[in-house]
Parts: sequence; C-alpha cells; structure tokens
Amino acid sequence: MNWLWSTYGSLPFELQVTIESLIKIIAILVPLLLCVAFMTYAERKIIGYIQVRVGPNRVGPKGWFQPFADVLKLLFKEIVIPSNANRFLFLSAPILSLAPALAAWAVIPFTDTLVLANLDAGLLYILALTSLGVYGVIVAGWASNSKYAFLGAMRSAAQIVAYEIAMGFALVGLLMAAGSLNLVQIVTAQTGGIHQWYLWPLFPLFLVYFISGVAETNRAPFDVAEGESEIVAGFHVEYSGVTFAVFFMAEYANMVLIATLAVIMFLGGWHAPFEFAPFTWIPPIFWLLGKVALMLFVFLWLRATFPRYRYDQIMRLGWKVFIPVTLVWITVIGVFRFLTPFGFIFQ
Amino acid sequence: MDWLKRHFRTFLLLELLRGLRLTGKHLFKRKITVQYPEEKTPKSPRFRGLHALRRYPNGEERCIACKLCEAVCPALAITIESEERSDGTRRTTRYDIDMFKCIYCGFCEEACPVDSIVETDIHEFHFETRGDNIMTKEMLLAIGDQYEEQIADARRADSTFR
Repeated sequence: MNWLWSTYGSLPFELQVTIESLIKIIAILVPLLLCVAFMTYAERKIIGYIQVRVGPNRVGPKGWFQPFADVLKLLFKEIVIPSNANRFLFLSAPILSLAPALAAWAVIPFTDTLVLANLDAGLLYILALTSLGVYGVIVAGWASNSKYAFLGAMRSAAQIVAYEIAMGFALVGLLMAAGSLNLVQIVTAQTGGIHQWYLWPLFPLFLVYFISGVAETNRAPFDVAEGESEIVAGFHVEYSGVTFAVFFMAEYANMVLIATLAVIMFLGGWHAPFEFAPFTWIPPIFWLLGKVALMLFVFLWLRATFPRYRYDQIMRLGWKVFIPVTLVWITVIGVFRFLTPFGFIFQ
Repeated sequence: MDWLKRHFRTFLLLELLRGLRLTGKHLFKRKITVQYPEEKTPKSPRFRGLHALRRYPNGEERCIACKLCEAVCPALAITIESEERSDGTRRTTRYDIDMFKCIYCGFCEEACPVDSIVETDIHEFHFETRGDNIMTKEMLLAIGDQYEEQIADARRADSTFR
C-alpha cells in the first residue's frame, strides 16, 4: 500500500490528475451501467405486473440475473453488417449514440460535493450533449442502407429537433428562476423543503420538460422512430449482437439521465422533502437516487399505459402545444419577476 | 363552452391521468400467470396429443388393417401395409404416422371401428434427429402399452358423450 502511494506521489502532476479523474469516471460509469442493466429488468417486470403477468422469473432468484443472461446472449451473437452498408459509419453509429449519454454524467451533481466537474455552464453542456445523441440515430439509419432504418432515422431526427426546442425553453424558464447555469447552484437554490422545489412555480415547464424528455429518448408513447408495426424497428433494424446492445444501453442511459436531470432541476436534487427528523436521517445521495428511481418508474408506467402517438400528432404536440406553453410561462415568469412585487414566487 | 371544456381537460392531462390510474391499479392486482413446468392447467379427456395403438386385454393388437384411418387422414400422414397372418386374420405389417404431417385433428381416432388408433393426452414430446418424426407400429404399440390405463380412463370419462 505504501509503495503504491509513493509511486503515485512521484508521478508528474498531470498524470496524477488523469488517474484521479479516471477513477472518478469509473466510479460513476460502473454503477450507471449496472443501473441500465437492471432498468431493463425493472421494465420487463413492471410492465409485466401492470399487464397482470409476472415478468421474467426464471434466471436466478425471482429473475434477478436476467440482465446478465441478456448481456451474455447479445455478446455471443453475430454482428451482421449489411452488404452495401458503410462499414465505418455503421459501426460508429452505436458509439455516437452511447457516448453523449454517458459523457453528460460528468456534470451531474450527486450531492453538493460529489460531482465530477462542477461546471458553471453545466446546463448548457447537458443540452449540447443530449442533442448530439441524435447523430447516432441518423448515422445508423443512413449507414444501414435500408429503407426502414432510413425512415426511422428521419422520424427520429424530426422528433428530436421539435422537442429539443420545447425542452430548451423549459430550461430557459428554470434559468430565470434559478439565475444560474450551474447544476449545483440550481439545486442549492431549492434548499428548504418540498415547497421550495421548482416543481411548484414551474409546474407547466416541469411537465413539458419531462414529456419532451420521453420524446427525446424515443420512448413510448413517442417511439415512432422504432414503430415495430410500421417500420419494423426503425433505425436499428440492421443491428444485431453487441451493436444492438449498445443502442439499447444508450436508450436506457438517456432515460436515467433525463430522470436525473428532472430531479435535479425540478424536484430538489439531493434535498429531503422535509427538513426535520426522520427525513434528515437518510443521507442526501439516497434522496437523489430514490427520486430518480421514482421518475424512472414513471417512464415505465407511461410506456405500459399509452399507445403510440401518430406521427403527425407528435409534431402537432411538439410545435403547436409545447412551444407556445413554454413561451407563455416564460413570459409569466418574466412579467412577475420584473414588473410586479410577486417575483419571489419564482425565486 | 364545449370547446373550452375539452381544452381544459386536455391541458390538465385529466384523461391521461385516468389511464395512468387504471394501469396503476393493475400493478397491484393478483397475478394469474400459470407457471408452466411447475403448474399445469387441467386437460380435457378429449385432448388430442401423441398417438398410440391399443391392444385388447388378452394382448392381441386391436388394429385389423381396415385402412379407414389412412383414408380419412386429411394430411395423408398415415401409411399402412397389411397381410394375412398364419391364423387367417388380417393384420398390419406396417403402420407409420409422419408426425410432421399430422395435424392432430383426431379423425383417425373417430374413424377407427375397433378403437385401436387413439390420441393420448401426452403433449410434451420432441424429436432429436431427422427421421424420428416417423412413428412406426412398434413405437405406437409401445406407447399404447405404457399409457393403456390413462387412455382407457379418458375413453371411459368421455363415453357418455359419444
């Protein structure tokens, strides 16, 4: 142990920083990927229960090892590359969609001190990275050289562009309330119990943000990009084995990310809902994780409840409902804060 | 007014919340899935599964090679050859059923005048190599011998309805 520390100390400073960051990155990514793995299990189980079935229960006790069985299966499957596909683009598309979903976690604060990079422009960074994810989908659809994949990619691109705007506007409202782009500061601005959370003054924006988040991650009821009944499986028809698994992981990692962001921005992050005895016993990070789990459950609940939107309805909802709603609420916030004495409501 | 009401409802997501409440209730309902290999649903005595050829209690095979089953079989799954035995009775020398052709309609069983060819309630069987799907006379008789009690019970249970 001692010699390990001494060799570490004798390394150049830049290398020390690199090693330290690497360890931190692993400490975030490994639990995240485990969470993604068990999210698939939770999804099948919860949707099963809602449909009065029991869901997977064969692999391990109560089916708890199901995700590992799935991973093993996908690892051993052959990667089929279509004969006229662009090999380089075809193989880089899954990475393009997974990488931003993982990289966005760099600025997520788990508690006020537990954060990899406390960026002042954290929210901008998140917005930039989540919109990068669409490139994976477009490239996948283009490189597959398949009409279904191409249609799926086009649908997904149009949908993500439409909902990105509504999402951006919802975050503008949040910025006006919090007065900061720094995620840690956004959460600290919500200190003081459940009534201080931005959920209440920004309720319409919260709804718009969450529903846009569901649309951004191409989840039901906004999963026209996959649309099994019309375009087989959309942009990932031609993908098999590990490449398909990576797309799958990207989708679930994005879901976890959207849920975490919703918690950080609207549900008080790591703060307990009440600032007295039984609630303060639980450490802050567990409050964050618990709230994230709740939001993820809502994702699955939505999927089990609603049928898929028709494509034109999705576009209508995005452009003609969400964007006006967010614009109106931003105006309301602005007017209240700068022209009336009731601005404290939105602080 | 109606217009206003409709938009009010849509904006408050009332319809969606009702849907969510319904599925939320189902989440806690008792699950009714039958856990197959451990739990099984009851089977009718008329269940049409694996075929068998039966014998009389004295050990003589019932089949008299009338070929009615072969004639009625809509899938042409049955092949019969016959000859006269030394005691002067007509018996089959070959009785093959191609289980891949068979559609388990039960016509052979209905056509049989001596209740020889029957369909048992066995449905958990499989073939491992090509050619295993052709059930020969010996195999069918062996199944009949092994499950005679079950087969007879099922016929008895259903006899009043025939």
